[in-house]
Amino acid sequence: MVDETSKDKLVVKDLNVRYGTKEVLRQISFAVRSNEILGIIGPANSGKTSLLRTLNRLNDNDAAFSMSGTVTLDGQDIYKKMAPHTLRRKMGIIFALPTPLPLSIYENIAYGPKLHGTRNKTALNEIIERTLRASFLWDEVKDRLDMPAMKLSGGQQQRLCIARTLAVEPEIILYDEPCSGLDPISTAKVEEAMTLLTKQFTQILVTNNTKQAARVSDRTAFFLTGELVEIDETQRIFTVPCDQRTEDYVSGRFG
Amino acid sequence: MKSVRRIWNRIVEFVIEKAIFLAGILSIVFVVLIFVFLLKEGLSLFKEYSPLAFLFGTKWYPISHPPSFGIVPLLLGSVVVTLGSIVIAVPLGVGAAIYVGEVAPVWLREILKATVEFLAAIPSIVLGFIGLVTLVPLVKQVFHLQTGLTAISGSIMLAFMAMPTIVSMMEDALRAVPSSYRYGAIALGATRWQTIWRVMLPAASSGMLAAVMLGIGRVIGETMAVMMITGNAAGIPTSLMQPVRTMTATIAAEMGEAVQGSDHYFSLFAIGIVLFIITFAINLTAAFFINRRSKA
Ligand SMILES: Nc1ncnc2c1ncn2[C@@H]1O[C@H](COP(=O)(O)OP(=O)(O)OP(=O)(O)O)[C@@H](O)[C@H]1O
Ligand SMILES: [Mg+2]
Repeated sequence: MVDETSKDKLVVKDLNVRYGTKEVLRQISFAVRSNEILGIIGPANSGKTSLLRTLNRLNDNDAAFSMSGTVTLDGQDIYKKMAPHTLRRKMGIIFALPTPLPLSIYENIAYGPKLHGTRNKTALNEIIERTLRASFLWDEVKDRLDMPAMKLSGGQQQRLCIARTLAVEPEIILYDEPCSGLDPISTAKVEEAMTLLTKQFTQILVTNNTKQAARVSDRTAFFLTGELVEIDETQRIFTVPCDQRTEDYVSGRFG
Repeated sequence: MKSVRRIWNRIVEFVIEKAIFLAGILSIVFVVLIFVFLLKEGLSLFKEYSPLAFLFGTKWYPISHPPSFGIVPLLLGSVVVTLGSIVIAVPLGVGAAIYVGEVAPVWLREILKATVEFLAAIPSIVLGFIGLVTLVPLVKQVFHLQTGLTAISGSIMLAFMAMPTIVSMMEDALRAVPSSYRYGAIALGATRWQTIWRVMLPAASSGMLAAVMLGIGRVIGETMAVMMITGNAAGIPTSLMQPVRTMTATIAAEMGEAVQGSDHYFSLFAIGIVLFIITFAINLTAAFFINRRSKA
């Protein structure tokens, strides 16, 4: 029998997070398996964004932030054994609002690879086409790669950000409500991209839209005011959850 | 009772409105009057003296016979001192702004900002005075010169005066960069330095250029400190290690002794016009950069 834990890509153990005196995450423990999409759902203020920021070490410069517990990536403690930029190279993040850099479409995607040492023109062109195809943006922009990325629509910008993240070749991709500002068609494209990306990446999707979690994630975790109430196969969470609070939330009977 | 109040309110409203209008108009009127006066006095020089000889003459001998009012040495004096100070102040200012705005922890940031702004509160004459007794002997010693009263002393001194403007405006410019740019770059694995260099600085560049322009504007109009420590020899400077005389120092030094209504007197006003035009052009350029930033 294969050891279950050997498939665990990212392991969070007894994680507590505070901003100042405010506890935003309490005793969180869970594991993310290789190549799965883990959906994270929960009402506002449940600490979902705080969790992603902690996983990506985006809180490092926040003086109010403090944490205890461990987060390990492939068995390595991300806070003790890794430099933040090394970690972020392995773990990309897509924010709720698209964050294109004030550069052309081409340069936005080339930025990461160039940063990490890829200068060869052909190699860059190849990366750009591959990542834009993977994020379903290629057909819309292939003739105007020199256009400022800021001129794209919101949905296109978000897909550009996904392409840009893919170009760095991370192992894990975190999404924080990536479709909250998008129309249904763009949303469908993003979801389709995510589904295809499971071959190569491990993905964590925070979403306010429970239906989205039901559609794309393999497993789903339900957070409520800083606690992990339940984590299980998506199918079970949405049909036979163990906890009453989960059931109330997914059936829309909550607050 | 109620109607009395209403009438009273209306009177107050009227008076305030007119007072504000008057204040606004007056400031414009004063600027125009000053400029007209400057033009009238300055242009009087050219009744007797050729504008070309004034602008391109290389000798400033205002009281010899016949006098010579060539402002090239003075113009070069101002340019050399100003450029020197900018060369010193810009790298220091950029470094300080990045440190204050991006790197320093919050508590230190507040202390540093307050200190930089405190520098702006020191009267320039005091800085000039301190420069005279500390910097001038130092320059003399370090560069083995006959006198420390040189362009470079003025440049160093002026760099200190330009720093508060440059640092605080640049810091504002960096702060105005949307934080999404920073997070966008960080999320791709950029180090802090890579983020600053490749994303923050380019995005803040027009605000930072405006800061430099305003710094130059501040420096080129500075008078007393420069007069005290640059030596005031009206020769054409060939290096930073020479005494120079700036336009402002010339006006300040000679206005007292020039006979009112004489060509010498008018020539000082003509220098004033040149100075005005230069400063105006610099401020206009700065405004252009600031505008471009607010549109971007
Ligand atoms: N940088 C911060 N400094 C201080 N408090 C913070 C910070 N970030 C988040 N918080 C607090 O942590 C709590 C959880 O916020 P978080 O953004 O993680 O919730 P969320 O689950 O992502 O909510 P939403 O669904 O609205 O995005 C909130 O009470 C918030 O005020
Ligand atoms: Mg959130």
